Amino acid sequence: MAFFLQMLVTGIVVGSVYALVALGFVLIYKSSDAINFAQGEFLLIGTYVCLTLITAYNIPFIVALFIALMFSAVLGFVIERIVLRPFIGEPVISMIMATIGLSSALAGLVHIIWGHETRVFPQIFPEAPVRLGEVVISPVYIWSLVIVIIMLIIFTFFFKYSKLGIAMRATADDQQAAMSMGISVKTIFAVSWAIAAVVSAVGGILLGNINGVNASLSAIGLKVLPVAILGGLDSIPGAIIGGLIIGVIETMTGGYLDPLVGGGLKEVMPFIILVFILMFKPYGLFGKKEIERV
Amino acid sequence: MKNPFVMGCGEFHVNYKQDLAIWKISRVRVRVMVMVALLAIFPLIASDYIVGLATLCGIAAIGALGLNILTGFTGQISIGVGAFLGVGGYTSAILTAKLGLSFWIAMPTAGIITAIVGGLFGLPSLRLKGLYLAIATLAAQVIILFVISRWDTLTGGTAGMVLSRPEIGSFVFNSETSYFYLMFVILIGTTIFTLNLFRSRVGRAFIAVRDRDIAAEVMGINLFKYKVLAFIVSSFFVGVAGALLGHYTMVVSPELYSITVSIEYLAIILVGGLGSVFGSIYGAVFITLLPVFLRTGVELLSGVFPDLSNVLNGMKEVVFGLVIILFLIYEPEGLAKIWKNIKDYFKLWPFSY
Repeated sequence: MAFFLQMLVTGIVVGSVYALVALGFVLIYKSSDAINFAQGEFLLIGTYVCLTLITAYNIPFIVALFIALMFSAVLGFVIERIVLRPFIGEPVISMIMATIGLSSALAGLVHIIWGHETRVFPQIFPEAPVRLGEVVISPVYIWSLVIVIIMLIIFTFFFKYSKLGIAMRATADDQQAAMSMGISVKTIFAVSWAIAAVVSAVGGILLGNINGVNASLSAIGLKVLPVAILGGLDSIPGAIIGGLIIGVIETMTGGYLDPLVGGGLKEVMPFIILVFILMFKPYGLFGKKEIERV
Repeated sequence: MKNPFVMGCGEFHVNYKQDLAIWKISRVRVRVMVMVALLAIFPLIASDYIVGLATLCGIAAIGALGLNILTGFTGQISIGVGAFLGVGGYTSAILTAKLGLSFWIAMPTAGIITAIVGGLFGLPSLRLKGLYLAIATLAAQVIILFVISRWDTLTGGTAGMVLSRPEIGSFVFNSETSYFYLMFVILIGTTIFTLNLFRSRVGRAFIAVRDRDIAAEVMGINLFKYKVLAFIVSSFFVGVAGALLGHYTMVVSPELYSITVSIEYLAIILVGGLGSVFGSIYGAVFITLLPVFLRTGVELLSGVFPDLSNVLNGMKEVVFGLVIILFLIYEPEGLAKIWKNIKDYFKLWPFSY
C-alpha cells in the first residue's frame, strides 16, 4: 500500500508538470489552431537559461527564475512573429512542418550552446524528506506541486477576469467576431506563444530540479501530445486533468509493469493510451467535436 | 532537321492520348532517357565515395516516393516513416540472418510486412484527419520502436543485428558500384510505378481524397478503402527502402530509425515538392547531401574557427530546421516548383508575360 501511495504522489507531481506544459500547448492550439512540436525545446531553453544564470553568474534562484521567464516570453513573441506568422491560414501540414523545423533548429542551438552532458541544479529546496504517514516525499515534489497549483490558479483568474484573458477566450471562440470587436488577433497569437513558452520554462525548471537537466528533457514536448489529446485539444481543464491522469498512469506503469518487461514501457505507455483515445474518443474527454460542413 | 537547342514554347495537345502521356513531348522523353543513361554510366567514372553517396540518395528517394504517395498525393500526414523504415530493415534482417532466406525473397517480403503494419496504423485515418492523424502516426513511431528495441529474441534488442550484402549465385553485391546498380533498378521501377499510379483510377482517387475528402466521398470514392490503400502502397515502398538501406549499411539498430529520421523524410518531400514524383528525388538528393556539404564547409573553416567541428551535430540540426522553415515560407511547393519556374522562364523568354 505504501508503495502504491508513493507512486500515486510521484505520479501526481509529474502529472502536474505535464499539465502545466500541456496548458501552453492547448493555449496555442485554441487561439491559432497550430500544434506546437517545439514545446519541448521551449522548455529546454528556459531551463538552461535559468540554470546558467544560477551557476555561472551566482544569481539567486528567484531572480534567475524571473529573468528566465522574461526571456522565455520574449522568445515566444519573437518566434511567433518570425516563424509562425507567415503560416496563419496555411494548410495543416505547413504548420506542423514549420514547428517541427523550429524544434530541430532550437534543439541544435541548445546542443551548440550547452552541450550534451547532464547538469544539476544547485540545492534550492530543503533536502530533508517529509513524512506523511507511510509515504516519504521529497520537499522538491511538494514545492513543484505548490508552484504548479499557484500557476494554474493565476491562469484561471487571468482568463476569467483580465481584459487580455477575456480577449484570448473570445479569439479562441471566434476569430472573426473577436476581430470585429476590436481585438487584435495577432497580438493574441503572440501572447499565447509567449505564455506557452513561459509555462514550459516553469515546467522545465521544476523537472530540472527533480531529475537534472539534459537534452532528453525535451521529450516532454512529445509527451504533452497524449496529455492534450486525452483532455481534448482545445480544453484547458482537459489539459490539467489529462496531465494528472497521464502522470499517474505513467508512474504506475514504471512501478508495477516495468520490472516485468525489463523497463522502458513507462515512456511508451502514454502513446499506447494515445492510440486508444484516438481510436475510440478522438476529441478527448472535454474537447469540442469538429463538425465539418461542405 | 529540328534545331536541338530550340525549347518548346508550350504544350499543344490535340487528342486525349497526348494529354494522358507521361512525357508530353517526344523531346522530353529523349531528354529523360539521356539523363537515365548518364546516371547509369556515372558510377563507372566517379569515385567509390561519391557512388556511395549516390546510393544513399537513391535509397532515400525510394522511401520519399513512398511517403509522397501518402502525404503529398493523398494528404495524410505521417510522422512514422522512420519506424516503418525500421520495420522493413528488421524484417529483411530477420528473414536473411535468422531464417536464411535469400535477399531476393526477403526484400519484397519486407515491403509486404511493412505495408501490413502501415495499413494497420492507417486504420485510424477513417476517423482522424490532419493534426489528429499526424499525432496517431507519431504514436506508431514510438510504439514500433519500443517493440523493436524490447523484442530481444527476435530483433537483438538495442544491440541491433548484422546483415550481409545480397548475392546472385556466386556474385555478391559487395562493391559500391554494384549496389548502386541494384538501387538504381529499384528506383527506376518505383518511379515508373508512381508516375503511372497517378494516371490510374486509384491514383486519381488518392488526389481527390487529398483535395477535399468530403467531395471525393460524394463522388463515390470509398474514403476508408483509399486512405488505407494509400498507407499500404506508401509503406510498401518505405519498407523496401528500409530493407535496401539495411543491406547497404549492413547493420540495423533501433537508434537508426528514431523520430529524426521521420522528420528527415518529411523534410525531403517538403523540400522536393509535395505531390511531385521527381520532387521526391530532388529532395532526397538535397537533404542527403546537406550534411555532407555542411561538413565540408566546417572543415574548410576549421582553420579560422577551430571549435566549429565540435558543434557540427548541433549545426546540422539548426541548418536542417532553417531549410524546412525557409522552404515553407518562400517556396512551399519545393525544388520541383523552382525547377519548373526556371523552365517556364526560358520557355517564354524574352516575352515572359
